Amino acid sequence: MWTGTPLFPESASTIATRVDLLYFFLLAVSIFFSLLIAGSIVFFAVKYQRRRRDAIGEQIHGSMILEIAWTGIPFLITMVIFVWGASVYFAMARPPDETLNIYVVGKQWMWKFQHLDGQREINELHVPVGRAVKLITTSEDVIHDFFVPAFRMKADVIPGRYVSIWFQPTKPGRYHLFCAEYCGTRHSGMIGEVVVMEPSEYQAWLSGGAPEGSLASTGAKLFADLACNTCHRPDAQGRGPVLEGLFGKTVRLQSGETVTVDEAYVRESILTPSAKITAGFQPIMPTFQGLVTEEQLLALIEYVKSLHGLPQVESR
Amino acid sequence: MATVVHPARHYLNDGYGISSWLLTRDHKRIALLYLAAVTFFFFVGGAMAVMIRLELATPVGDLVTDETYNKLFTMHGVMMVFFFLIPVIPAVLGNFLVPIMIGAKDLAFPKINLLSWYIYIIGGLFTLYALIAGGVDTGWTFYTPFSTMASTTNVVPTALGIFITGFSSILTGLNFIVTIHRMRAPGMTWFRMPLFLWSTYATSLINVLGTPVIAITVLLVAAERVFHFGFFDPRVGGDPVLFQHLFWFYSHPAVYIMVLPAMGVISELVAAGCRKPVFGYSFVAFASLAIAVLGFLVWGHHMFVAGESVYSALIFSILSFLVAIPSAVKVFNWTATMYKGSVSWETPMLYAYGFIGLFTIGGLTGLFLAAIAVDVHVTDTYFVIAHFHYIMVGGTIMGYLGGLHYWWPKISGRLYNEGLAKLSAGIIFVGFNLTFFPQFVLGYLGMPRRYHAYPPEFQVLNVLSSAGASILGVGYLIPMVYLMWSLRYGRVAGSNPWGAVGLEWTTSSPPPTENFAETPVVTWDPYEYPAADLEGHVA
Repeated sequence: MWTGTPLFPESASTIATRVDLLYFFLLAVSIFFSLLIAGSIVFFAVKYQRRRRDAIGEQIHGSMILEIAWTGIPFLITMVIFVWGASVYFAMARPPDETLNIYVVGKQWMWKFQHLDGQREINELHVPVGRAVKLITTSEDVIHDFFVPAFRMKADVIPGRYVSIWFQPTKPGRYHLFCAEYCGTRHSGMIGEVVVMEPSEYQAWLSGGAPEGSLASTGAKLFADLACNTCHRPDAQGRGPVLEGLFGKTVRLQSGETVTVDEAYVRESILTPSAKITAGFQPIMPTFQGLVTEEQLLALIEYVKSLHGLPQVESR
Repeated sequence: MATVVHPARHYLNDGYGISSWLLTRDHKRIALLYLAAVTFFFFVGGAMAVMIRLELATPVGDLVTDETYNKLFTMHGVMMVFFFLIPVIPAVLGNFLVPIMIGAKDLAFPKINLLSWYIYIIGGLFTLYALIAGGVDTGWTFYTPFSTMASTTNVVPTALGIFITGFSSILTGLNFIVTIHRMRAPGMTWFRMPLFLWSTYATSLINVLGTPVIAITVLLVAAERVFHFGFFDPRVGGDPVLFQHLFWFYSHPAVYIMVLPAMGVISELVAAGCRKPVFGYSFVAFASLAIAVLGFLVWGHHMFVAGESVYSALIFSILSFLVAIPSAVKVFNWTATMYKGSVSWETPMLYAYGFIGLFTIGGLTGLFLAAIAVDVHVTDTYFVIAHFHYIMVGGTIMGYLGGLHYWWPKISGRLYNEGLAKLSAGIIFVGFNLTFFPQFVLGYLGMPRRYHAYPPEFQVLNVLSSAGASILGVGYLIPMVYLMWSLRYGRVAGSNPWGAVGLEWTTSSPPPTENFAETPVVTWDPYEYPAADLEGHVA
């Protein structure tokens, strides 16, 4: 009956083993206190069982020493768990500098993946083993959640925002991908697989697809089609800011504030250009709300990133 | 044994006919009105749980469609949370006991008390209408922008039902606060109050301070649906995560609204079941207030994976660990109360044992969720489902049933069948653990919550859970039978069948409408044994 029924999930990422270690510690703490409490209850209930109808208990009111002990000891234990949990969380929250970037768009009820080289996938994500992978996620409609139990990784995929998460797979294989934030009728059908491959197989897979060009080149074409290039020119003669080398920089706004040019800022500047005007420019750019899809936005962002001048992060 | 007789005049025979009930201002009769209503909603919500567990017995969605399944778990949550768990102990046991325990004739505002019952019923009818008219599929959490832009179901009537019912909580909370401040009998100082009153007081504070937030939140959801305002919908400039902050600012404290009263009940059961004072009375009392205060500061732990900043997550994590401490203090004190007690094995005490054990597991698994790195993996999975059912079903419902059995002789004047009661307590304990323990394993394996269909390797654990649910369901039906039966055929209880102390045991069972023949004067500490009269005690 139990064949094929796992009781513990596979660990297939660098972070998974660290999460599991903390989990086992928590399990040990829980078992210890559960047995302590349950054991005491059973022991007292048997030992001090009422034997005469009118018997009363010994009139004990309390003990300051015990109160301090059972306030202090749990406090110390929980603080150990807090620090431990937070330190593993720091590792989850901070991706390494060198990552393989992939864009993820969630929509009711499917996962769409966009590789920088141009490959697109639906509900299946191919990645090489041993490389840190960063997913830049967003949603076309409601909140979804990207959950791969084998990687102990989960993040809400939120419309209007770019949420980045990362993982480094340690074992080739096929792993469940679930949507973990309830998103409507076919929520339980919004599932897929992450396929972790040996680097050589991954290379073969990459070259197997026949993409229409890299994501950045798709963005470049779009940039021209939408006539962005009439104002955003590389020679500082245009009516809009120069985009070359802009990504990752900090720019000063008209309001005097500064903002770092990241995915969210580029997105906002395309959809709501008047929200944050760069100092020295007029608010003349029209909104592209409704004219570009989430995926086209990602292509444009990737194009702006490619104008960075620095060597591509995504080097192979 | 001294002859035990039913009093000639009591609140149950003080007036007959439907209007003597529907227009009553007697807190005890209003408690029974609530008892009938919450029991109804409990079985409506329970019926949906049965459907959910039947569907999940197989990995593919075959019993109901995905649309129906989503409506089932939504309405299960809405019914159980807003119409059963939140009102159940304050409105039934609290209404009955608060005035009696402090030696008062009634609550401070008897008419408002009746009004809150009617408000509750109107809110319930709205929600029932939403159910009958096609249901709602947002989950009881109503997350935006799904609830405001995507769902095509009855979100607005459900939201209005919750909005209306909220006023019932607020009014009942105010009534208890004022009553406890102003109407205590001579000599009934704060530190002579039974611990049930301390936890009821703490709960009332949360009700009064927190409920307006959920009220305005569901109203914003309704307004955004109807007028497309753009509070939460990012396409019109809203922030979908803002909703989660507002929702959990109430709904996390709401967990304490559900469990604090049960903790108060357990303090009473343990003291009477051991015939000795609750160990560390003042620590248990202040732990209730600490939980009420800290409970307002931990809502962000529901959003560790919802794009929360690293530093917010750290703060909410440490606060969540801190709120665990007063709960642990209570558990240790209850356990220590049994030391050198005269420990009873009667039904109420069996529920108390069950509560302490299950609440301990529920509380300890809360630590997993407060530890951010582990929470990332288990949040939105069956681990969370198991955790909060250990608190709400293993905690609140165990506490409620224990309290109902303990005070039933006072409420009805009669004794139920002890053998059947023990049997059903055992069935509930076994059924509960079989239902929810496998869900911890499923959760760590990664089975997401709110899934109509799931990968086949999760089936065995799901079948165990469904089997447990059927046992649990039987366990809940048995008390319905023998409690009803006892109303007519049960042995006469006498004023103090447990040989317990506390003002409620000094008056007749059932009590007279004005509770006491004359206003009691309190000269003793709480839980001071021996009781003046242990004679009526049943073996």
